[in-house]
Amino acid sequence: MPSRGKQAILAVAFVCLLAAPPFFNAALPDLASYSVGLLTEMLIFGLLAMSLDILLGYTGMPSFGHAGFFGVAAYAVAVLSVRHQAGFWLTITVGLAVGILLSAALGLLVSHVRDVYFLMITLALGMVLWGVSYRWIPMTGGDNGISGLPRLETHLGIPWSGPLPFYYLTLIVFLGCCALLTLLVHSPFGLTLQGIRESESRMKSLGVNTWLHRYLSYVISGTFASVAGILWAYYNRYVSPTYLDLTASSELFLMVTLGGPGTLAGPAIGAGAIVLLKNVISTYTERWLLILGAVYIVTILWAPQGLWNLGTRRRSKP
Amino acid sequence: MSRLGRKLSSRSRPAAEGSAFPLAAIFVLAAILAAAGLLAGQTLSPSPAAGPIRIGFVAPLSGAYAQNGRDILNGMRLYLEQIGSQAAGRKIELIVEDDEAIPANSLTKARKLVERDGVDAMSGALLSSTGYALAPYIESSRIPMIYPVVSADDLTQRLRGKWIIRTGYTGSQPNHPFGEYAYHTLKLRKVATIALDYAFGWESVGGFQRTFEAEGGQITQKIWTPVSVHDFAPYLAQVSRDVDAVYALFLGRSALQFMRQYQEFGLKKRILLIGAGPTTDEHVLPAMGDEAIGAITALHYSAALDTPANRAFVAAYRGKYNKLPSYYAESMYTGAKWLVAAIEAVHGNVKDREAFLQALKTVRPADLPRGPVELDAYGNPIENVYVRKVERVNGALQNTVIATFPRVSQFWKYDPAAYLRQPLYTRQTVPPPPALRQD
Repeated sequence: MPSRGKQAILAVAFVCLLAAPPFFNAALPDLASYSVGLLTEMLIFGLLAMSLDILLGYTGMPSFGHAGFFGVAAYAVAVLSVRHQAGFWLTITVGLAVGILLSAALGLLVSHVRDVYFLMITLALGMVLWGVSYRWIPMTGGDNGISGLPRLETHLGIPWSGPLPFYYLTLIVFLGCCALLTLLVHSPFGLTLQGIRESESRMKSLGVNTWLHRYLSYVISGTFASVAGILWAYYNRYVSPTYLDLTASSELFLMVTLGGPGTLAGPAIGAGAIVLLKNVISTYTERWLLILGAVYIVTILWAPQGLWNLGTRRRSKP
Repeated sequence: MSRLGRKLSSRSRPAAEGSAFPLAAIFVLAAILAAAGLLAGQTLSPSPAAGPIRIGFVAPLSGAYAQNGRDILNGMRLYLEQIGSQAAGRKIELIVEDDEAIPANSLTKARKLVERDGVDAMSGALLSSTGYALAPYIESSRIPMIYPVVSADDLTQRLRGKWIIRTGYTGSQPNHPFGEYAYHTLKLRKVATIALDYAFGWESVGGFQRTFEAEGGQITQKIWTPVSVHDFAPYLAQVSRDVDAVYALFLGRSALQFMRQYQEFGLKKRILLIGAGPTTDEHVLPAMGDEAIGAITALHYSAALDTPANRAFVAAYRGKYNKLPSYYAESMYTGAKWLVAAIEAVHGNVKDREAFLQALKTVRPADLPRGPVELDAYGNPIENVYVRKVERVNGALQNTVIATFPRVSQFWKYDPAAYLRQPLYTRQTVPPPPALRQD
């Protein structure tokens, strides 16, 4: 059965994630900090992709503006920590709150529509958020962004600093979010979301308030995206409108599709694969986009349900 | 985690054949192995003690700004080829990275260059946003960085760092003298501006407005267009009829489109077109037609500059790339010359970063295509600013130099301290000119 195999893979992946930095340190001391940095990026985007998958894969709502929450939380962190010298806990609390409130507000506008209409509205909202970040210059610095964020380690006040502590902090947050998301998708609530994906009318006739479920799924997804955004702002110590533009949202979409929508591990794998491919291939050739494009096409042809679902045949929709 | 795994997979999807697991597992394992292999393969390049001097290069080589990025790279490659990639007896190795003009990517690439490749210096970057994004990382990694093109004023002004050296210019730098030139020599009194709506546009227009109005001129209109502008009709229709000139700032495709529509609207016949240098820069000039003739712009370089050094540079560039060098190419060519001169000044001992940085700040390479250049105390060049007029010579358009302002600093005639107390140029406001230096 696939279950045991995939379980084994996840266990191996977990050990790898835990042991990778010391391994890099021992085996490739010159590259340790770069490799650890790349792993950190993979984790952050893995978390972001998983959060999108709650919408896209589980509830069946293709959001094209998801990078918006990610970016808005990052901006909140930047504005507070750079402009107002706020402390760590205040900064992340506000960052998270902004993400949650924003998704709660926007969710009211989008939760009543489905499919391509949902896609169009979220795309438009994503563009609006991008426009705000680009044009609200006194607050966001416009195109130039905000630079000079404090290091996460110093801001938090822990005695260690460098790529390694940042990586393990990210890993802890990542695993915590994984656990929460796993609980979520297997709870009755999560199963109802999947029911809505498969057939909303049947769920309605069972007496489920499908609007509320879709709305909450949107808010939850925005919340986890904000967590990723906060990490990303601290990691780069810089924010810019490119964090929430259409390219970012569509790349996120690709991560989920490549990895396997409707699973949690899939998007994380997709995100890891894309971050890795982008950074590794582009060091060898200037034509790296060609190769990345080929990878997408091959995946669509031979693993249309994503890498994680490779070989698993999905029941055709009615 | 294993619980996670069990739970995940217990979302049993129907119709899984027995072969499903091995396939997926093999694929994932293969991916992990490949990743490990690729990362490991990267160690092959030895961390150098007496190996080559490594120079990192980051610029957009794909995406909307690829052409500008390639011009920058061309300038770098041309100079390295001319010196046989050797300086102070050591080989120079150039490591090129593509950032797609996305600041977060530039950061990732810069980390790779510093932490994986162990570069001794970096260069490149095109957009202001990239410049600002990289700045904190450069300061913390203590690797000297040459910005040949990034023109955001504050990088060498209010937010300047120690390790960034600019060999290009600040957005407002050529426009300060140009404002005075427009008033006194061109005898303009009322000017409308139309420019791309981002920091580079604000700083260029702001610099022009500050000196032009200080002399007594008046900017009667400021029209901003989005960076992604496709049609100038709604903007050109706003230009009022009573201005003496229109000041424009556009780049690449938008510059071509603007020039065409400026003529189609019948404005070219009636109102003089002036502007910032990039509007008629050689990266777009060969693709323009007669509509560009007569436009007057200011920049620190023109490919038509008639000096032996520039003639040699243009000939070499044409020979290698079969086109005119743009200011992007010249800026990086000069930047490369700067780096090599500093490497020679420290006799190739670039590992002493402080000494290397000091050398970068004090060297003054001779025979630069654009003329003499020296760095001010803020890491920005003091250089000639050329007022250029588009003319057709021997069948091809060129930026003929019609006036030269020698040794222009980023602070123009103002006292640096007084200048820096004023806010940066933004979209809405242009601060009044600070008190002139008493000398």
